[in-house]
Amino acid sequence: MNRKLYGRLIFELSREGRQGYRLPDNKLPDALSSIPASLLRSSDPALPEVDEPTVVRHYTNMSTNNFGVDTGFYPLGSCTMKYNPKINEEMAALPAFSSLHPYQPDATVQGALELYYTLQLALAEIGGMAEFTLNPFAGAHGELTGLMVIRAYHASRGDDKRVKVIVPDSAHGTNPASAAVAGLEIVEVKSRPDGTVDVDDLRPLLDDTVAAVMMTNPNTLGIFEKNIPEIARLVHDAGALLYYDGANLNPMLGVARPGDMGFDVMHINLHKTFSTPHGGGGPGSGPVGVRKGLEQFLPAPRVVRNPDGTFSVEAPEEALGSVSATLGNFAVQARALSYILSLGREGLKQVGPLATLNANYIKESLKDAYLLPIEGLCKHEFVFDGLRDKSTGVTTLQVAKRLLDHGYHAPTIYFPLLFHESLMIEPTETESRETLDEFIDVMHAIAEEAITDPETVKSAPHDTPISGPDDTEAALHPVVKFSDL
Amino acid sequence: MPHRYFPHTEEDIRAMLDRCGVAEIDDLYADVPDGLRFRADYDLPSEMSEKEVRDFFAALGKKNLALDCFAGAGFYDHAAPAVIPSIIERSEFLTAYTPYQPEISQGTLHYIFEYQSMMAELTGMDVSNASMYDGATATAEAMMMAVAHARKRNRVLVSATLAPATRRVVDTYARYHGVSVDTIPATAAGVTDFDAMKAMLAEGNVAGVIVAQPNFFGIIEDFSGVADACHDAKSLLIINSVAADLAVLRTPGEWGADIAVGDAQSLGIPLSFGGPYLGYLCASKALMRKMPGRIVGATKDADGRRVFVLTLQAREQHIRREKATSNICSNQGLMALYVTIYMSLLGAKGLREACSQGAAGAHSLAARLVATGKVSLTFPDSPFLNEFCLTVAPGVSVDDIISRGIEAGLLTGVKIAPDRLLVAVTETATPQAIDRYVSLVSNL
Repeated sequence: MNRKLYGRLIFELSREGRQGYRLPDNKLPDALSSIPASLLRSSDPALPEVDEPTVVRHYTNMSTNNFGVDTGFYPLGSCTMKYNPKINEEMAALPAFSSLHPYQPDATVQGALELYYTLQLALAEIGGMAEFTLNPFAGAHGELTGLMVIRAYHASRGDDKRVKVIVPDSAHGTNPASAAVAGLEIVEVKSRPDGTVDVDDLRPLLDDTVAAVMMTNPNTLGIFEKNIPEIARLVHDAGALLYYDGANLNPMLGVARPGDMGFDVMHINLHKTFSTPHGGGGPGSGPVGVRKGLEQFLPAPRVVRNPDGTFSVEAPEEALGSVSATLGNFAVQARALSYILSLGREGLKQVGPLATLNANYIKESLKDAYLLPIEGLCKHEFVFDGLRDKSTGVTTLQVAKRLLDHGYHAPTIYFPLLFHESLMIEPTETESRETLDEFIDVMHAIAEEAITDPETVKSAPHDTPISGPDDTEAALHPVVKFSDL
Repeated sequence: MPHRYFPHTEEDIRAMLDRCGVAEIDDLYADVPDGLRFRADYDLPSEMSEKEVRDFFAALGKKNLALDCFAGAGFYDHAAPAVIPSIIERSEFLTAYTPYQPEISQGTLHYIFEYQSMMAELTGMDVSNASMYDGATATAEAMMMAVAHARKRNRVLVSATLAPATRRVVDTYARYHGVSVDTIPATAAGVTDFDAMKAMLAEGNVAGVIVAQPNFFGIIEDFSGVADACHDAKSLLIINSVAADLAVLRTPGEWGADIAVGDAQSLGIPLSFGGPYLGYLCASKALMRKMPGRIVGATKDADGRRVFVLTLQAREQHIRREKATSNICSNQGLMALYVTIYMSLLGAKGLREACSQGAAGAHSLAARLVATGKVSLTFPDSPFLNEFCLTVAPGVSVDDIISRGIEAGLLTGVKIAPDRLLVAVTETATPQAIDRYVSLVSNL
């Protein structure tokens, strides 16, 4: 990463008369003049006028102020920032797929439908589910879709009293938000001191108004919810369904399957567990899987395999409706399939154990300097409650910012909400022991510096392209476009 | 031996296990009840080399047919500049997370600010968010935004001329979110019946009205007086547009819309069998704090330099949790970069030229197809840009036009009714392909 800020806007490079791309001239008579002027815009949009080399240099320079997985270690809890293999990019860009229109007749897109179906089946095998839809565009979109499946299921039984979703107090923020968008009320269930769901607190909450319980396992503290069989039994006895938030699926690869744990509906973040790049916030993909007996509620369109081996797109009547106009982020799905094929059944089984080994290694190496609120084994991630020595006044935010100076992305901070100084670390399986050792050394050095030179930590970062952006001013007087400047 | 993606040697694993105080990796899962362990092999193929993966995808690719595209219905085959893939594949952009750490994410924040600036220009609106998943979900989000804004009113009117695929998503969100959706009928000219809309507004309880421009049939609708009628009834006006067409069409801002939404795939994004595409959502300044998704703002850093940050985050799901009116968490970051580079390269002139060429091709093709006597324009008196709806003459079948087209290497359009074909033309249509299209219809 270039630590010198490249701050110019493309608008500021504009010179009248320049253009960076030319279209072929089809030499047909103008047709715009046939459209009444009252239906046309009164002036051109004020877009930049720039030549091709200027565009390339501008965005290339801009990119150098960005940190990505290919730049360095990203210990970002709950985000599974693993290496994104390059072959996946090549497969996603193949013209044999990228030129296909989403509404082409099925007979002309058999390869694309087979790709969708093959990935769907692979995810079902890995999740222990009966069928997946790949249509949802992101994890939160998958949650919403999954909750709609659950509502459609209850509605199909004429059970319309179920308006509540129970979520643990450690849940990802999207869980309650997705429930709210799906028209459901949220009830929080407390965690026990060891960070797992309190079954005694859960039991009385389960009645005939509960549609679902949403959990992630391991939970956001990286702890496996070992009471899950009992929880599943209680949930099912109450007539509700159990939803698996797949954000934390990575450590379970090769170890356990949500379907076997008793979950009825789940989503997977392909951009986490299945290595598709985050792209600075998207595009992602959030496939939703269901156990046997719930397939018919999955959203339309749905890809089915016909008895003759061909594939069709269908819109079953019992489907919950549609959450997308198409079959989802197809090029992201292609990347995930490429990853699954590259790893194969052998490689997939190594993912969870190595991710868990990496996390435990960091945890055990740093718990002398950082406060580990819950002792014991973690899975893919764990949470410190800030520095062990609280006397310095150095906060989790300041530790995170100081890490930026050392060439690391910050961990997830102030989440989960169970501790005041949460600092959540997830290394993933693609980091080497050397990388982890260097990170551990830096974390120790920061803990030491917090005692010897706390001001340097508190005023970090010092060695990044920018420092101390004024968030308050940004929110008070929003400047959200070039013409506002 | 570990897979090529994993750096762990046997020696590494041994040393790391020692640090963890356990003998085997399996011991790290001692807390997973034995009955839950998956000890079998996944029923999946064995690890493949890169060559085998390439062969696998190539074999699948051969089962697809690449066709010259005259299909639209919301998604259009536009020329894609070579510059764009080369930049968006830069791993600093591609492999970055959401820009929560502005100090090391100026690249992402910077282009989102440019994206917001360009989308505000294109739509004529005050403010754009950092993007949505696609046009259909963006429209559903706009509906929920209108209902949240109206507080007690939960009825939304949707024109019958909105694309059915978008309508299905709006209906699905509405059903679960407790919003009632009523359809504003279309006139015989294929446009929204605004007299009917006014009568429905007068019934009350309307939070928002959703119309489309151009509409599903490719027709450019006249929204004169529509915004006033909506606002008089305290309803918001939401206009769903094909982004690229706004380079020439009167903008949602000029029509007085409160929210402009739609798909920005038309700004050069490859069709890719349905995605990733890009939803956009822009609004008037008054609604800025009600918008879903991320917004990037400019501010100053400690050294007084202009820098960019995520702002107005109090709106977002991770803060509001169960009080949220949207659960969107990511945006469509890399695709926002895609269209930002596209608009930079083409500029207003290039965008206008793309619209102009599409319109010229569409009007020429429409006239020549009608001249065959095998088809007629379904709405002959309604203005259109680059997409039009055909009705086949008695004895001519839409399915034949599609299947003969495939034989001729053409995707002739999208069948939208037993006797109707929706046809789109963009600047990528060659004169030869257009000739082939005309001759196959002539020979029916």
